Amino acid sequence: MLKNRIIPCLDVKNGRVVKGINFVELKDAGDPVEQAKIYSDGGADEICFLDITASNENRDTIIDIVKKTSKECFVPLTVGGGVRTIQNITDLLLAGADKVSINTAAVKNVGFVKEASKKFGSQCIVVAIDAKNVSDNKWEVFTHGGRNKTGIDAVEFAKQVEFNGAGEILLTSMDKDGTKSGYDVDLLKAITKSTNIPVIASGGVGTLDHLYDGIVKGGASAVLAASIFHYGEFKIKDAKEYLNSKNVSVRL
Amino acid sequence: MNVTIVDYQSGNISSVINSFTEVAEGKVNIEVTSDIKKIKHSDKIVLPGQGSFKSCVDSLNSINGLVDTLKEFAIVKNKPLLGICVGLQMFADIGYEETETKGLGWISGKVSKLDNQNGKFKLPHIGWNEINIIKDSKIFKNIKNNSHMYFVHSYEFVPEDKSVISATTDYSSNIVCSVEKENIFGTQFHPEKSDKTGLNLIQNFLNL
Repeated sequence: MLKNRIIPCLDVKNGRVVKGINFVELKDAGDPVEQAKIYSDGGADEICFLDITASNENRDTIIDIVKKTSKECFVPLTVGGGVRTIQNITDLLLAGADKVSINTAAVKNVGFVKEASKKFGSQCIVVAIDAKNVSDNKWEVFTHGGRNKTGIDAVEFAKQVEFNGAGEILLTSMDKDGTKSGYDVDLLKAITKSTNIPVIASGGVGTLDHLYDGIVKGGASAVLAASIFHYGEFKIKDAKEYLNSKNVSVRL
Repeated sequence: MNVTIVDYQSGNISSVINSFTEVAEGKVNIEVTSDIKKIKHSDKIVLPGQGSFKSCVDSLNSINGLVDTLKEFAIVKNKPLLGICVGLQMFADIGYEETETKGLGWISGKVSKLDNQNGKFKLPHIGWNEINIIKDSKIFKNIKNNSHMYFVHSYEFVPEDKSVISATTDYSSNIVCSVEKENIFGTQFHPEKSDKTGLNLIQNFLNL
């Protein structure tokens, strides 16, 4: 049977990991390539890089990181952050990314998702949706790390990106992100029930139980987490063993 | 030994190149090309494929003489060829993605959409799934039954002759995920993204 995926995410700024793992065996805690390798060796089902570099001049550094990582990690590699043009996608895929995650550019023009999935195939197009709760069972799409309101309903938008050829949705709750209080399970439920493509849960993981909630209660096909793995609180293996002990099927 | 990864603009093949280069360790020459002369003189061929069945078939056909060269290599000269994902699907007579499209016709059968049981199963079938090895294929040497491989697809190859099936996987139905017909091999999953088990399979292919 298909296993639920655990995806560690590394935030990369100007070529360095922002939230670093405090593993003693690391020579350089800020090196994304070395960290990705540790995750991959530790059983990560995929690796995700989120490039949060602000300036365009430094954007070539992520290409370089992807090139190096893809020569050492043989699990799927997703790269997001600043993906705005077909050329951006081409560059990342040529560097060795397997999927790209599109956020703001998809919100601005959902036709871009269609164009990208037609050109590269749905299998490599992930649409990242950042959503905030606005009223009872209503979520709105936000961009720019939760700063900009769009007025777009998250559930409707999820349906639209599916219709336009997205292969997966990476769903982040902006209310929960960074709180360590768990995923927004209601948001997850709302999106997983109204779409037929896999949804990756993101934002809010603080304990292993939250991963369980994302999959079992929220209906996510994969769970993404950053800080619980970065700071060495848990290893990927711990997360998998925990989920397995609760009868959630994972790749052990 | 020369192994050619056929580059016919079928989408992203970086991971295929990286994984084969890793396994080859410089002992096997890995060539990435659509040059027909080079393909003719290779010892083994890898046929990747991403995107839709139609777009891959169209891309293959757009390179003059490529299909005939591949056919001569795999069918006439019986040299080893490994198709990955849509590369495997194209072995079929016909595919139904986007529109009805003629395949290479090397292994009789069709490529149709996975039955998602009215939305009960999400598509694409993405992630790690166990393979049930049902035939003692050379590419599964040292790979245990029920090993995990990485999948990402919405269509499946349904061969007419079931004896070519070397492994299946369970999702919304029992999906054919590996075939072997004499010197022709194909995997629906991505060995290049399947960690150590996938690299083992690539090693087995290089060792043939």
